[in-house]
Amino acid sequence: MAASKKTGSARQARIAKALKAAFRRELATRGDDAVKIRVCAGTTCNASGRAAVSCALAAELERRGLTDKVQVVLTGCHGLCQEGPIVVIHPRGVFYPRLKAKDIAEIVETSVVGDEVVERLLYTDPASDEKIALEKDVPFYKGQTRLVRAINGSIDPTSIDDYLARGGYGALATVLAADEPEAVIDEVERSGLRGRGGAGFPTGKKWRFCRQNPGEKHYVICNGDEGDPGAFMDRAVLEDNPHSLLEGMLIAAFAIGGDEGYIYVRHEYPLAVARLRNAMDQARERGLLGADILGSGFSFDIRINQGAGAFVCGESTALTASIEGRRGMPRGKHIRTVAHGLWGQPTNLNNVETYANVPWIVTHGADAFRAIGTETSKGTKIFSLTGKVRNTGLVEVPMGATLRDVIFGIGGGLREGRTFKAVQLGGPSGGCLPADLLDEPIDFESLTAAGAMMGSGGMVVVDDTTCMVDFAKFFLKFTAEESCGKCVPCRIGTTRMLEILERIAAGEGTVKDVERLEQLADDVIEGSLCQLGGSAPNPVLTTLRYFRDEVMEHVVHMRCPAKVCRPLIRYTIDTEACTGCHVCFGACPVQAISGERKEPHVIDQKLCIKCDTCRQVCKYDAVPVETGILAVAEGRQQ
Amino acid sequence: MVAPQTEELRVEIAGLVDKLGPGRSSLIPILQDIKHRHRELDSETMQVVAEMLDIHPVEVYSVASFYAFLHGAPQGAHVIRLCGTLSCDFAGKDAVADALCDELGIGFGETTADGQVTLEWASCIGMCDQGPALLVDDEVRTRVTPDDARAIVAACRADEGRADA
Ligand SMILES: Cc1cc2nc3c(=O)[nH]c(=O)nc-3n(C[C@H](O)[C@H](O)[C@H](O)COP(=O)(O)O)c2cc1C
Repeated sequence: MAASKKTGSARQARIAKALKAAFRRELATRGDDAVKIRVCAGTTCNASGRAAVSCALAAELERRGLTDKVQVVLTGCHGLCQEGPIVVIHPRGVFYPRLKAKDIAEIVETSVVGDEVVERLLYTDPASDEKIALEKDVPFYKGQTRLVRAINGSIDPTSIDDYLARGGYGALATVLAADEPEAVIDEVERSGLRGRGGAGFPTGKKWRFCRQNPGEKHYVICNGDEGDPGAFMDRAVLEDNPHSLLEGMLIAAFAIGGDEGYIYVRHEYPLAVARLRNAMDQARERGLLGADILGSGFSFDIRINQGAGAFVCGESTALTASIEGRRGMPRGKHIRTVAHGLWGQPTNLNNVETYANVPWIVTHGADAFRAIGTETSKGTKIFSLTGKVRNTGLVEVPMGATLRDVIFGIGGGLREGRTFKAVQLGGPSGGCLPADLLDEPIDFESLTAAGAMMGSGGMVVVDDTTCMVDFAKFFLKFTAEESCGKCVPCRIGTTRMLEILERIAAGEGTVKDVERLEQLADDVIEGSLCQLGGSAPNPVLTTLRYFRDEVMEHVVHMRCPAKVCRPLIRYTIDTEACTGCHVCFGACPVQAISGERKEPHVIDQKLCIKCDTCRQVCKYDAVPVETGILAVAEGRQQ
Repeated sequence: MVAPQTEELRVEIAGLVDKLGPGRSSLIPILQDIKHRHRELDSETMQVVAEMLDIHPVEVYSVASFYAFLHGAPQGAHVIRLCGTLSCDFAGKDAVADALCDELGIGFGETTADGQVTLEWASCIGMCDQGPALLVDDEVRTRVTPDDARAIVAACRADEGRADA
């Protein structure tokens, strides 16, 4: 006993020493209390002119001889992407959004050399119209609980030393030193962590099944296929903190007894792949990936596979087929991936965010994790909030936060003059929820009961200008196109459902069609081989459940209340309001508008293609849109 | 008699097999690499790949035809892929699509006659809060206006080929 304790502590010392040796402090970014400037280098800020801002900043610091005194860090995404390029000046944390290169000299003068703020360039909270100086006071950030994304906006994602300086790979060292794989699984199971990729399967349980299943080899796979329209949480983790994913996978591999891993990233995420490759090279160089990690005897290495444009490859069995070099088609669920996964061997497959939670759980303990969230859903969840809200971007909240907290609290509510209509959760597999469910807590069970689902975390908010039939049509079209074609209910069922929806949107649907749609939805759910078909009808079913009146308006009265479905609307000119300014006349792409200057104009319904251009260019609000039987009849007659 | 370009192709594919390994799992990465460099996968290429990986050519075709990014007509020197997703719809994607088609004189899924630019739809590229978004080859562009779209087309026209190809 004493002897084993002694070897135990020798092992601990060896691993602790190896971790220390892996860290090169001189290469890490200074802490937030030092004078430094954080420049967001996420994909969005890069696309909105970050490079020009960085150059101007470097030049200005050079000119003032401050290059050595003030550190400039290119960080991962700060989350409030619509305000890019974002720059934050420490130690105070002064927040400057939407910066332009020409403003740099002024902010360096005022906030770096001096200790003031440039009022004119501060962030204005769209909800209260107030100017906010410090990053920590921005309501978008204040409402969040950041656990997975805690350090994403403050570290340089291309620097392993920044990650190590924040205690990175400490969780890995802890589990390697303790050398008790089963204890790791116990801890993860006790934490209550559930898969963040959609289905919410308990992660610890999955790991245990995988470990227990016999095989020549155990594989560890990360699902970074993130194909849901409206979702980009995983991209953010991959780009902003790739080491947190690697560390999570390493811990999983150690717990399960695996030595080979794969990360499957979709083709559309080139920056994520580059950051991952860089992180893996660094980790290998420092002895944190590869053979004999930290001198512990444990070996694990990872390969990256890139997708090739098939949404279905996000499904676990399709994904493993794709890695094996086959068509990415799912198989029946009676063969479990944890028993017969990649090349028939026991395989653990988790989502990016799931793995990224693991180091936190190991470091802070299962109890700390359990303390966040609801009875059945623990920890936090990252959502990508998009659509018609004021603040869009990445949001991390505790499980159990309400939709209202996220959309109105953090998201700042709807844009000026618009009203909330619905929020689509979980993309094409999820559903749309109406205003009366805004106070629902966000957790796996509540969302499923409401007919939506957590999915991967896409949250698309729509207002009164969106037609719910059109909205459902979008998602169904997506799944119908992405159906791999292996099973009939999904391949043909989703196509037939789409045809019915298209009829309804064209004012040609019947009450019988609505019944057929519901019947078919059930059949597709029941009969499909995988969850692509199994959840494809959800957007339609929730539309029928919560917005039935709107659907029936299309069927019975040929009315599209949101005035979106083109066959059901007609553009007219209000002769009272029209001043004959001739702007629409020139803008109409098909010359359907006629009229003399200063005289009311008219639209020739035979020529009109309903492109909406005239309404958009009219300064006098003189192009009302009509909908309903009369509008349609008149249009058809002509 | 083997045509010289076939010989070149064989050398190239042999190099990829060397780098990625001769296993079945190298199939998709090999096809991706060839598609990226040559902008198309023709049947001859697929046959050589099949032979070198020791799998049936039909298997190679079956895989290539499954994945959106592997199959299809030859692509142009540059590929513009506009995000076709709904958040980009809200942001005015249609006007950008029209500007692209107009400027290029082609529709989506087509390549200009000079082989310079291919226009395609992309599945969500995850820039949902920054729409309309598009990819020019591997570069992400956000909040694209119809004017930006025209400028992007002009830049593609003026440029010889993909920097990364
Ligand atoms: C059509 C389809 C697409 C999917 N796409 C993804 C995806 O992009 N990312 C993901 O993590 N899971 C996706 N999933 C869920 C996976 O099958 C799997 O449940 C998940 O990756 C398991 O990881 P987790 O337990 O950590 O959530 C998809 C499922 C289906 C049916």
